[in-house]
Amino acid sequence: MEAFLLQILNGLDKGSAYALIALGLTLIFGTLGVVNFAHGALFMLGAFVAVTMSRLLQLSHKASEPSGTDFLGNPRYEDVLYVQDIFGAELGQTLVDWAVPVSILVAIPVMLLIGFVMERGLIKHFYKRPHADQILVTFGLAIVIQEVIKYFYGANPIPTPAPDAFRGSFDFGVLLGFDPNTIIYPYWRLVYFFFAAIIIAAVFAFLQFTTFGMVVRAGMADRETVGLLGIDIDRRFTIMFGIAAAVAGLAGVMYTPINPPNYHMGMDFLVLSFVVVVVGGMGSLPGAVLAGFLLGILESFASTTWATTAVPGINQIIIYLVAIAVLLTRPRGLMGRRGVMEE
Amino acid sequence: MTRSHFTRRGVMKTGAATGAGLTLPTIFTGASRAQEQGFTNAPTGDTVTLGFNVPQTGPYADEGADELRAFELAVEHLNGEGDGGMLQTFSSKELDGSGIMGKRVEFVTGDTQTKSDAARAAAQSMIQKDGAVMISGGSSSGVAVAVQGLCQDAGVIFMSGLTHSNDTTGKDKKANGFRHFFNAYMSAAAMAPVLESLYGTDRKAYHLTADYTWGWTQQESIAAATEALGWETVENVLTPLAATDFSSYIAPVLNSGADVLVLNHYGGNMVNSLTNAVQFGLKQAQANGKDFQIVVPLYSELMARGAGENIAGIPGSQNWDWKLENERGSRYTGTNAFVQSFGQKYGFPPSQAAHTCYAQTLLYADAVTRAGSFNPCAVVEALEDFEFDGLGNGPTLYRAADHQCFKDVVVVRGKENPDNEFDLVEIVEVTPTEAVTYEPDHPMFAGGELGECNPGA
Repeated sequence: MEAFLLQILNGLDKGSAYALIALGLTLIFGTLGVVNFAHGALFMLGAFVAVTMSRLLQLSHKASEPSGTDFLGNPRYEDVLYVQDIFGAELGQTLVDWAVPVSILVAIPVMLLIGFVMERGLIKHFYKRPHADQILVTFGLAIVIQEVIKYFYGANPIPTPAPDAFRGSFDFGVLLGFDPNTIIYPYWRLVYFFFAAIIIAAVFAFLQFTTFGMVVRAGMADRETVGLLGIDIDRRFTIMFGIAAAVAGLAGVMYTPINPPNYHMGMDFLVLSFVVVVVGGMGSLPGAVLAGFLLGILESFASTTWATTAVPGINQIIIYLVAIAVLLTRPRGLMGRRGVMEE
Repeated sequence: MTRSHFTRRGVMKTGAATGAGLTLPTIFTGASRAQEQGFTNAPTGDTVTLGFNVPQTGPYADEGADELRAFELAVEHLNGEGDGGMLQTFSSKELDGSGIMGKRVEFVTGDTQTKSDAARAAAQSMIQKDGAVMISGGSSSGVAVAVQGLCQDAGVIFMSGLTHSNDTTGKDKKANGFRHFFNAYMSAAAMAPVLESLYGTDRKAYHLTADYTWGWTQQESIAAATEALGWETVENVLTPLAATDFSSYIAPVLNSGADVLVLNHYGGNMVNSLTNAVQFGLKQAQANGKDFQIVVPLYSELMARGAGENIAGIPGSQNWDWKLENERGSRYTGTNAFVQSFGQKYGFPPSQAAHTCYAQTLLYADAVTRAGSFNPCAVVEALEDFEFDGLGNGPTLYRAADHQCFKDVVVVRGKENPDNEFDLVEIVEVTPTEAVTYEPDHPMFAGGELGECNPGA
């Protein structure tokens, strides 16, 4: 029972990342009809906004007096943080400690801007092209973004820890009446799950309860008719691309304390997120979220020792097996709409 | 020390017998030409080309970049530029800064991408198109085994870079291949006494193991060494090399009855699995009435940097450390010369990957000079059972039976309060060579034959 609950918890945070990325992918596909293979790169860019913010907050100058010697035996001068000069030692250190949450404030405008530039600068030229062309150009773009990040940040993972207050883990076992240490779960993964839930709820609320969202939904259902009503649906779709980029970016920002980011992390999630979209149903936002969590949890169970002992390699193929099973029984995915990609 | 002049002597005899009536300069010209023919990429001009095959893209690109820095430095020193680095401390005094056998050293580079097929293609291109007479570098055992096989077939020498699997000089050993870096068996043998003194003999270990050649041999080695102490191996779980999140593998550890987690992971795998283990509270946990412990058998400075403060207190092993001479004395002469040289040029201390690549380049150049020939078979003979010192690891033997270097192994632990970003580990112990030496037919290295050296064309 403990192992069962543990794997469900594990699946939730992985599922949260899948759901957030798949949500953005579906938003873009549902509005613009573009299969965006650069979406994983947006997730990675979000993570590097956090890395950049962390580095900016740790910008320093050398102390005026040496304090020992460096590895070559030359005088070594301690680094003094500018934020501590400006805000005082304690507040400055707190800002450095909270670099990841602070990055959220920066990531939203940055990722919106990146989304706009990507859509206006490149992707809009491929609206009327076949999906294969869209996949090729966005995949190429993802590789370019990846290499640019590697050029500036290197190939090594960069540790970007959570604030001190969220390090460590929570003993769910004790809470649920089990023995101590039976169901341990890191605080930050809990934060990630709730953060993902809030973002997903916010996106749905935005689409459901605002006039802008209503127009976007109408456009997703029948773009031509909305256009005939004199509404500039393209502009709204561009904004939706920006919002999808911001969602992926925020998912990336908050993921940095879970695993140290590297330039390749977007690709690690991209393919799985596409499977999530297909399983959920192309163009279905609730489907993407449902499939994200479902496949995250299934992947977690498939990685347990008993599963890999029973079926070696199951952890690496479970998602694809589920995708095959779902597509055989429900060709449009779990919550797919009729007519999407069926012309 | 083995010194081989057979080629030169043979050539001189042949030259003397057939050269009656010829002028003296003609004898030398003819001899030189004959001596340097009959093997792949025999250098004919006044330069010789070496091929450095390192990961320039992909997840180990930073380690590859550090290897490349070391290669460039070695070439600089061989050509008489810079401060000479470890040429000044190397026990063999054959190298005088005039290149290799008077030929200026040039180099070409390839990108292994840490993929066996890409690494082989890059090595092949350097051999066939650029005329490389030796290939070196790399940051993965899978790649090393693949490129070593290619070099054997092509008839060039392979001086491997960072490769830690027992198989490289075990079941996959080749006559044309040489490894300066230590291996998984040595890591385990060096760590066992340290683990015993740190954590005792009554421990239950849970292994997470990268599912490829290095991971398997690392797990086999450390499990055998710890079981010999009295530890029990509770579970060994193979994890896919492509895994990025290890939470599903880490979460069951505390319920398994284990009180030690052994991470047989390297690179990104190590960074992520260690980070996840710390997140799940394993460093603070208690099990079987003891403090839970984490062990990472193979350390790398670059990976330690990636794992950040999570490595604090975690033991592991290294082939070399840049602080070795300062902390453990003149036995490790050469360390400071290399650190000074590398640090002045690049602004930070070298990694163990950089050190092994630098040492391999010097060892190759020295072997060619002692052999008096670039012929791979002459180089093999010069390197086999070659004993040397002054390259930072203390007295070292290049064993003829398997082409593996035998030297002291450094056991380290993540530093609790590092002084700076380079000072991430503290040296706990340096295990002497005798304690990590094994017989060539040890079961963990069985199954392969060195075979005959191949001079190629």
